[in-house]
Amino acid sequence: MATTPNAATPTEFTVTPRSLLRRWTGADEIAHLITLIAAAMVLLIAALLVYQLWVHSAESRAKFGWNFFITTTWDPVAGDFGALPFIYGTLVTSAVALLIAVPLGVGAAIFLAELAPPKLSSSLTFVSDLLAAVPSVIYGLLGVFLLVPLMRISIQPALKKSLGFLPLFKGPAFGVGFLTAGIVLAIMIVPFVLSVSREVLLAVPRDQREAALALGATKWESTWKVVVPAARIGIFGSVFLALARALGETMAVTMVIGNNPRIAASLFTPGYSIAAVLANEFSEATGNLYLSALIELGLVLFLLTFVLNGLARLLILITTARGSGVLPS
Amino acid sequence: MNLRLAWRKSLNVVMLSLTGLCALLTVSALFFILGYLVWNGGKDLSWSFFTHLPAPVGETGGGMANAIVGTLKLLFLAALFGVPVGLLGGVYLAEFGGRTVPFLVRYTADLMNGVPSIVMGIFAYALLVVPLHHFSTLAGGMALGVMVIPTVLRNTESFLRDVPRSLREGSFALGANKWRMIATVVLPAASRGILTGVLLALARVAGETAPLLFTAFGNRYWSPGWMQPTSSLPVVIYTYATGPYEDWHQQAWAAGLVLLGLVLLTNILVRAFLTRGTAYERT
Repeated sequence: MATTPNAATPTEFTVTPRSLLRRWTGADEIAHLITLIAAAMVLLIAALLVYQLWVHSAESRAKFGWNFFITTTWDPVAGDFGALPFIYGTLVTSAVALLIAVPLGVGAAIFLAELAPPKLSSSLTFVSDLLAAVPSVIYGLLGVFLLVPLMRISIQPALKKSLGFLPLFKGPAFGVGFLTAGIVLAIMIVPFVLSVSREVLLAVPRDQREAALALGATKWESTWKVVVPAARIGIFGSVFLALARALGETMAVTMVIGNNPRIAASLFTPGYSIAAVLANEFSEATGNLYLSALIELGLVLFLLTFVLNGLARLLILITTARGSGVLPS
Repeated sequence: MNLRLAWRKSLNVVMLSLTGLCALLTVSALFFILGYLVWNGGKDLSWSFFTHLPAPVGETGGGMANAIVGTLKLLFLAALFGVPVGLLGGVYLAEFGGRTVPFLVRYTADLMNGVPSIVMGIFAYALLVVPLHHFSTLAGGMALGVMVIPTVLRNTESFLRDVPRSLREGSFALGANKWRMIATVVLPAASRGILTGVLLALARVAGETAPLLFTAFGNRYWSPGWMQPTSSLPVVIYTYATGPYEDWHQQAWAAGLVLLGLVLLTNILVRAFLTRGTAYERT
């Protein structure tokens, strides 16, 4: 705490409440305390969140133990709960989303960071930021009425015809399913990959690029072999960040995944995800065991995203700190 | 030799155009979404949409006045819960903090920012719905409020840090205490940036559906007071879009257009008029 310079002149002795308050350094202590309490609230809320999830999932944890994660039955009537289909659905849809979003996002980030003139770059980044602000239920709306029919009528049959020999693209085309959910997720997470990747690319020192160009590299070679590797760790960070978003994304996925707890190799299969089952069944869950099984799913989701986010921030911190530490560009 | 050079040059052109294509695809997604919503929802927007209650199931017509008011009430509560904590916490991080506590708070806030919104719903459910035994506006507002905190906190901190040192020293030199310096010099200097963060955080939670499903729940009528379940635009869009009636689908499009318009307009206005510089961290 810095000591406060006191402007009171010793010759003046008239004390009004106002001047007293002005001079009273104790007010600093009070301000310090109040703001400290507010900051501590953040820690408190986080602790309370973990505590609530832990306590309210106790019944399910006690009854199913680790089996919760490896069994596939989800039978609220019999009171038998296994989380595997939901975990599977969450992971598969997120993987599909990453496969589409990472090349797209990193490619766009390269364009914005390396090629586009600054004005164009900043206005395109602005649009991408707006894209990130579109509510997820809007993506769901478009998913249900536009993408699902499109998938059923043209995209899935076409995939079956051309790549049908793969187990990934077998079975009837319902429109809803892992693939559709993955595509919607991909569109939703591209802005996150893009904005973070762009920032870490911009943090790569300019002389790295110039050195590569001076050695006779083409623009693409200097980008791909010098700049991107230098920003590698931060780009991984952006991918983890996007993955955490994808895992926890609820509404859009719920509306297009098909809501069917199944594990199947084909991406055409209607499936289910952790967030989707929470959205659909939480408010209707009867009985403590049912509710506690759902809350345990919430706990799983929380831990997954918590770990991924922590990792992502660490990676981004490493690159941007190292990059700008050499020479700010 | 020349062949290799030609290959490298054409690879250069092809790959660079591909990155341009990636950027074009990403950016055009926004315009496509907006255009499609205007196309589908625009024709169903009428005055009664904003002033009437939903029609009884099976009848056509009606509006979403209660959902619009519900969303505003939820946002009010979210601001009431989230902004003071975020703001004061941000002041602590920027002005008072030592070493360990700020690091811990910052890291926790960043991680909280990444917690799925549906988990925040469970949190508010366990905290307010279970003890009170019913869904309420209060629980919904609380869920949204918790989601507002990390953004406001981090944003406030970064804008406070941008206030030049000379302003603080000038204030000290005039004999101000620290709290006075913060309240009358530093906070006003950073107020535009802080306001930006608050508005963007609110715009973000305005579109949240998942945390409201089992906290604010839904309501086909007006929701008096703060302790009753309430309707909200995002939840209505979800319910109507997944419902069986054609008229519901039409109304879902219209509501989607209203919601998207609200969110995008806030974002554009705020970013265009309030932000200068890049201190606002979008994560």
